[in-house]
Amino acid sequence: MRRLSERAIGAVKVCLFLVALAPLARLLLGVFVFPEWLGANPAEYITRSTGDWALRFLLITLAVTPLRKLSGWVWIARLRRMLGLYAFFYVVVHFASYVSFDHVFDVRAILQDVVKRPFITVGFLSLVLLLPLAATSTHGMVRRLGAQRWNGLHRLVYVIGPLAVLHFWWMVKRDLTEPIIYALVLAVLLGYRVQEKWRQARVARPVR
Amino acid sequence: MLIKRPGDIKPSEITPQGIYARRRELIKSAGLLAVAGVAGIGTGPATAQTGAKLPAIRKSSLSTTEKPNSFKDITSYNNYYEFGTDKSDPAENARALKVRPWSVVVEGEVKKPRAFGIEDLLKFSLEERIYRMRCVEAWSMVIPWVGFEFNQIAKQVEPTSKAKFVEFVTAYQTDTMNGVRMPILNWPYTEGLRIDEAMHPLTILSVGLYDQMLPNQSGAPVRLVVPWKYGFKSGKSIVRIRFVEKQPKTAWESAAPQEYGFYSNVNPDVDHPRWSQKTEKRLPSFFANRKTEMFNGYADQVASLYAGMDLKKLY
Repeated sequence: MRRLSERAIGAVKVCLFLVALAPLARLLLGVFVFPEWLGANPAEYITRSTGDWALRFLLITLAVTPLRKLSGWVWIARLRRMLGLYAFFYVVVHFASYVSFDHVFDVRAILQDVVKRPFITVGFLSLVLLLPLAATSTHGMVRRLGAQRWNGLHRLVYVIGPLAVLHFWWMVKRDLTEPIIYALVLAVLLGYRVQEKWRQARVARPVR
Repeated sequence: MLIKRPGDIKPSEITPQGIYARRRELIKSAGLLAVAGVAGIGTGPATAQTGAKLPAIRKSSLSTTEKPNSFKDITSYNNYYEFGTDKSDPAENARALKVRPWSVVVEGEVKKPRAFGIEDLLKFSLEERIYRMRCVEAWSMVIPWVGFEFNQIAKQVEPTSKAKFVEFVTAYQTDTMNGVRMPILNWPYTEGLRIDEAMHPLTILSVGLYDQMLPNQSGAPVRLVVPWKYGFKSGKSIVRIRFVEKQPKTAWESAAPQEYGFYSNVNPDVDHPRWSQKTEKRLPSFFANRKTEMFNGYADQVASLYAGMDLKKLY
């Protein structure tokens, strides 16, 4: 498990690509074939579901590095880009459903929303911050930016994660159970990194 | 190698929650039936319950001519937090609600306080009222309620001059309501109206939906319907009605006063802090492209109740 052949990694990637499309496939089937899947308020179902999956993929992406370090499965780092891009993909669909269903493309109303309503503001901000990350996700961009700058830029995800959870937290009307669960998972994933930094700093004031 | 293993079957997939929750009652009544059968005693006409057909119902000129939503949509997408906060929860969990025996105590600033059994309430002359229902969450439906005007109750108990408001207290069944274990709202859910709002002919107590008894998730066996206010003002499964002098504290007002006021009239010009109320989604449509009307389109009938009031402050 620690090491996989190139072929095996390729196969895992194909599987992951298809599995990650399943939530979208379910929604499309709901819209066009089985309306009972989406219930009486299909638009809300789609917005909620894509928001849920965006958040889940974001957390899964953030789980890759801790998982790699704890398990020693070096190869799972190779899945990180696809997971991150899926998070971005579901964020885009989520935003598109808000723009079309809730505001019927009324740009003025959307801008007012972004300015006036904190939960929309932070949601929109996480989308905007995800843009440069998605745009620099290719090998070519990593090379062009250089590893250090690329890594620095992609630390933005440590801001995006909390913003996304906050967006959910502030959106919920009364029952905070779900946002609390997401917040706890995020806290563990970020907490792991903080603890790792401390450990490294203590263990070695190393030769650079 | 992949070895396929069938998933475990959860008990809830075999026994519906509603039946499970009422298991003792069901066994008891089955026992009684058996005894009655042996003794040759008839059990009399079964008390009409959820799902039973209602007798001939009068039409009303106060009904809208818009096309009602399907029974399925109305009964599968509900806010009834006592049974869970997800819209699909009440349809599943409210089956456990005990709706018989049921009585509504009417008391407070009245000359003749009394309790109305559900049988008494069903004897009022029932009308169909097809109303628009605008939820504070910016979706709406058209619902064919069956019921009678609240003022008929008032007539029987004779409110005194001190009765300025009416408080509606709803059911709090800790053994059937899975949602009340969480302190999401102050249970029991309480709502209130000003007396003139309550006495308005549009304000009804509903006991039915389409041609049948009110389903549990819709607030069986008796609920309030106030069509020009956001849906949460129309309390479900009412057990107590109090005529009072002071404005009562309502559940959502206590939970989030900056978001939900006592009046909560449908008003496109007063936004919810977190979303606009200018437009609404008429379900099952995807798009919020319907302009929300002042007082949910009932302005001709009710605007005069609020003459001179600043509805931006008294939202």
